This record gives sequence, structure tokens and C-alpha cells, in this order.
Amino acid sequence: MSALEELTSAYAAAKVDPAFQAELSALLSGYAGRPTLLTEVPRFAAHAGGCRVFLKREDLCHTGSHKINNVLGQALLTKRLGKTRVIAETGAGQHGVATATAAALLGLDCTVYMGEEDTRRQALNVVRMRMLGAEVIPVTIGSRTLKDAMNEAFRNWVSTVDYTHYCIGSVGGPHPFPMMVRDFQRVIGVEAREQVLQAAGRLPDAVLACVGGGSNAIGVFHAFIPDRGVALVGCEAGGDGQDTGRNAATLSFGSPGVLHGMRTVILQDADGQTLATHSISAGLDYPGVGPEHAWLAETGRASYRPITDAQAMEAFSLLCRTEGIIPAIESAHALAGALQVGRDLGPDAVLLVNLSGRGDKDVDIAARWFGHLGDRDPRGDGVPE
Amino acid sequence: MTARADGSSPRASTAGGSGGSSPRASTASAVTAAFEQAAAQDRAALVGYVPAGFPSVDGAIEAALAMAEAGADVIEIGLPYSDPLIDGPVIQEAVHRALTAGTKVADVLRTVAALAAAGVPTLIMTYWNPVEQHGVPRFAADLARAGGSGLITPDLTPEEAGPWLTAAAEHHLDPVFLVAPSSSDSRIELITSVCGGFVYAASLMGITGARESVSSQAADLVSRVRKHTRLPVAVGVGVSSGTQAAQVAGFADGVIVGSAFVHRLLAAGSPQAGLAAVRDLAAELADGVRSGR
Repeated sequence: MSALEELTSAYAAAKVDPAFQAELSALLSGYAGRPTLLTEVPRFAAHAGGCRVFLKREDLCHTGSHKINNVLGQALLTKRLGKTRVIAETGAGQHGVATATAAALLGLDCTVYMGEEDTRRQALNVVRMRMLGAEVIPVTIGSRTLKDAMNEAFRNWVSTVDYTHYCIGSVGGPHPFPMMVRDFQRVIGVEAREQVLQAAGRLPDAVLACVGGGSNAIGVFHAFIPDRGVALVGCEAGGDGQDTGRNAATLSFGSPGVLHGMRTVILQDADGQTLATHSISAGLDYPGVGPEHAWLAETGRASYRPITDAQAMEAFSLLCRTEGIIPAIESAHALAGALQVGRDLGPDAVLLVNLSGRGDKDVDIAARWFGHLGDRDPRGDGVPE
Repeated sequence: MTARADGSSPRASTAGGSGGSSPRASTASAVTAAFEQAAAQDRAALVGYVPAGFPSVDGAIEAALAMAEAGADVIEIGLPYSDPLIDGPVIQEAVHRALTAGTKVADVLRTVAALAAAGVPTLIMTYWNPVEQHGVPRFAADLARAGGSGLITPDLTPEEAGPWLTAAAEHHLDPVFLVAPSSSDSRIELITSVCGGFVYAASLMGITGARESVSSQAADLVSRVRKHTRLPVAVGVGVSSGTQAAQVAGFADGVIVGSAFVHRLLAAGSPQAGLAAVRDLAAELADGVRSGR
């Protein structure tokens, strides 16, 4: 608790400190590559009922995803706290890579916890983190995915809190993390709102984003919350579908509970035990969701829908082939959502999709899914289909 | 079956209790009585931990009874949880096995009932979500019906504890909260103001598990806690031997041992060997808490 109190007050001070904001802003523009582009994708949109689709290109951020926005803020805060080390949990490895990057840039020690299952399916990012000087610790307990990586990071943090900041990568965990990470990510929506207004001459009918913990989604949604005419659509990991139980669609299939220091919606059994999850995308494979999304869902301001592995991979392929953009499999869930929403709304609609990351890290999974290197092996278990 | 060597009923011994630390002596729990009895003998109380369902539901009951027979004053039954954030690898492994074997909240309550029926003062150590999903008032009612004394809640903050404190008061259950070396004095003040039974002082900043020596932070933490409460202060995390128990008993009202017991059960070649190892350790620790002052 004392570390959280310390962080809360340090962040409150930093938030209103022009020097901190100037330093962060300089890093975002001079290092991370902000503002990111807005790209219209008409050949893709032809498959979405012929509406207009704009992509917010977070995939063009340094390190390949939106994660860098938050990490630069927290790394600067770590320095302000007088701490010398950051730790992070990571699923797909994008947050781990971003944290390792910021640590290298600012001269901080860095340890990243990653489920063993994820170190296998996102091996490229493990190599990137190690090249950047971070220690990567595979977590071998539980389901060996993001949830367990987060457990292990918390355990390390209580033992090292004197000199370590826990750089949480999503809008989850105890206060002030959901609020702070939201603040660091809201630049996405602030930029995108202005860019869409300029490009389309009006606000979009819907804003779509993939939701695991929900950081890119809250980042792009936040600036649009007061715009009541803009639908906010979160696309969760439907995995193999609801009936199989093999999914990670928390807001679609979960219930209120407490996990990782937050009260939110989680996937759990009748005894309150967290359920095992499945998604083809390691970054969405999490049984909880940021509490602000739970609130947006409860109030009806945003809606959330499950996108199956197969639907996500179809949208993944479609964007590659129609627009020459290889998306992260996480972001492909939002693209699949856009295909559905566009067909529902018709050709006059304008959609904004947050393309939260790029797919370089996913070539291995995609190769197995599509059989680009031989037999199809969609589960990656060496058993061809 | 009576677990205590002197055969006294813990509840009866509160009459004219010597500790005087309970804010509601007329309804004092068995745990409060156990601490008072230890204090009357000028020693620290020994608190032993085992997760329900490990090595089996009945195996955990037997292990806890073995601890009590060998000198543990209070038993802490862990409610196995999928995400045990403050537990180290030993307890994680035991809890994982308990859950894999299908241990349910109902089994945890059955475990408490078996111990209470044997006269052993018993609490549940639980992460918060299982209580919330069971329903807070219902959990309190079920725990009281089982004869349990209260809950130790490591991930519940006083700010969020309102419904549980209400239910605990209604059923005369002890709400035990944790303090840590990092806790500020104002935090300790807040925590002790809602605590019942005893205050759980984590000896160090870290997860559960045996350590080579007792953290020097523990004694300082106990003396800081005492400035805010007359409740007994028990120290946990890292204690695994009679020598360490004696050292902690020199400055605390209770010594809590968990991972060391679980480790012996994990390492044992058979259920019988496990019980024998648990009994030996409990006896060693019981000697320790009697030689610390």
C-alpha cells in the first residue's frame, strides 16, 4: 500500500508539472514517433459494407505498438521516484519490449516476467528484450500466460519496492495504475479525433479497438466518451467461441470480481477462482479487464463483443492483402469487429479502428495458421490440421 | 478429541482473561482466548498454517490436528486460490495441487468445522475474491456455523472492508488484517482500528517462504504496532525453525509458521511421514515460543 500511496502522490505531482509533461511530450514526438498517422483503407473497407475505414497507426510507433506511450511516462516517473529498476509483465511481449526500450533509453535496470507459454509463441520479442539488456524471466506456474506473469511481477515488486517501480502495461491493477495508464494512452484518441475530423469532415460513427486488459482501447476511446453519437466498440478475444470455454472475452462472458488489486469484471468459477483463458493472441489472453471498461460496459457507453480466433485471422489476412499492412493479431480482432460493424451500418458509415500494433512478432503464428511454411498447424502444437 | 494438552476450553478461559486486549471480551473468539492463554503463560502463541485440500482434504485436517496436538495454539487454514499473490513457491505448489484435486470453498469450511469440533481455535486465510463470490454475509454465517474464529485477509484493505466488518461483528468473527514494514504509522493506525483477534505483522517486504534469519524489521514493526493497539501482534513470513520462533517470541505475541509446514508435507514420502514431520516441527516451534523470553 505504501508504494501505491507513494506512486499516487508522485503521479499527481507529475501530472500538473509542466517540466514532466514537456519531457514526456519531447520523448513522444522525438523518440516514439508521435503523432502517429491516420490511414484510410478503402480496399479493406470494401469488405466492410463499403463504408469508410480509418486506421490509427499505433503500429508505426517505435517498438511496434502503442505500449511505448505508457512506458515512457512511467519510466520518467520511475526516475522522479528515485528508483533505479523497472519490472513489467508481458503477454505478447510488446509491453515487455517497450519497457526494455525505455529502460535502455533512461538507464534503468529492467526485468520482464513472461508466461512460459508466451515466451514460446512470441519468441521474437524475448530476443528483442534480451538484446535491449532486459532480463526475461519465464513464469512456469499456473496457465503460464499473462495473468501468471502479472502474479510473479507483483511478488517481485513487494520484495524490491525500495528501488523498483512496477511498470504495469495495461489499464489494470490497483489504483493509480488504471487511471495513470489511461492518461498516458489517451493521446491516441486525442490525436485520432482531430485527424478524423480533418479527413472525414465529421466524427466517426464508431471507434473500434481490441480489448485484453484494455489499454489501447481506453486510449482511443477516452477522447470520444463525451461524443454521444460515436459508438465505442471493444473487441475481445473470443478464442474458439463461447461454448468451448476456450476464450478470454471477459466483458462478454465474465462477472464482477476482484483480481490483481482491482474490482472489475473477470472470468471466474462459482468459487471465485480465476478461469484459464485461451486466445490466439497472447496480448489478449487475460481473464480480467481494466475497471474503466467494466464501467463503460455497465453504463452502456461502450459495447464489447467476442471475436473468434478464426475471425481475427481472416481480418488479419485481409488487411495484409488489401492494404499492405501486417497488423498484430491483437489488433486484427478490432479489424474483424470493423468488418461486422461496417456491414451493419452500411456504406455511409465512418469507422475509426485503432491499429494498436504491427504483426512482425506474429509471423510464426500466422505461418502455422495459414500453412505458409507447409502444413497448417493452427494451435502451434506440432499437430497439423 | 481435545487438541490442547491442558484440556481447557479456549472459550471458557476468557473469563477474567489476563490479556484484556479484546474490545469485546464477552464474545471473544477462541483465537483471542488462545492468545490470552499464551500471554498468561508468559509466552508467545504458535500459529500453524496449512492450505485446505493439501495434501488432501482429510490430509490437511490431519496435519492441522497434528500441529495442534504438538503445541500449535491456533490454526490458520488457507483457502486455496488460483492467484496467490503474496505466496512463495512452496505454498503456490501446495495450493495448485489442492485446486487441481478439486478443493472447493465447501471443503475449506468442512476443514474448519472438523478442527473447531476438536477444540482447535481456527481461522481461514483467504484472498478476497472467493469470499466476495460466496457472498460476504453468507461466508461469515457459514464460517461462524463451522466454528471458525475469523478471517485473515491479505489483499483486503480497510477502505474496502465495510461489508466484511459488518458481517464479522454480527457473527463475532475476528477480522485479521496485515501490516508490513513499509506501513506508515497512519496506515498502522487505520489497520489496527479495524483489526480483531490479533494483528498479522509481515516480518519483511516479500512473499511467504522460509528465510535463513528473522528480518531485523520485524521487531521494529511490532513495537510500532503496539503504539496503536492492545491487540496481540503475531509475526509471520519467513519463520521456519525453533530458534527463529524463540527469537520472534522474544518481542511478539504470536509466531506464525506456514511454508515450513507445507514444505515438510511436500517433501514427505508418504502421508504418515508427512504427519510425523509436521508433528516434529510443531513440537520444535512450540519449544521455541516457550523459550523466547
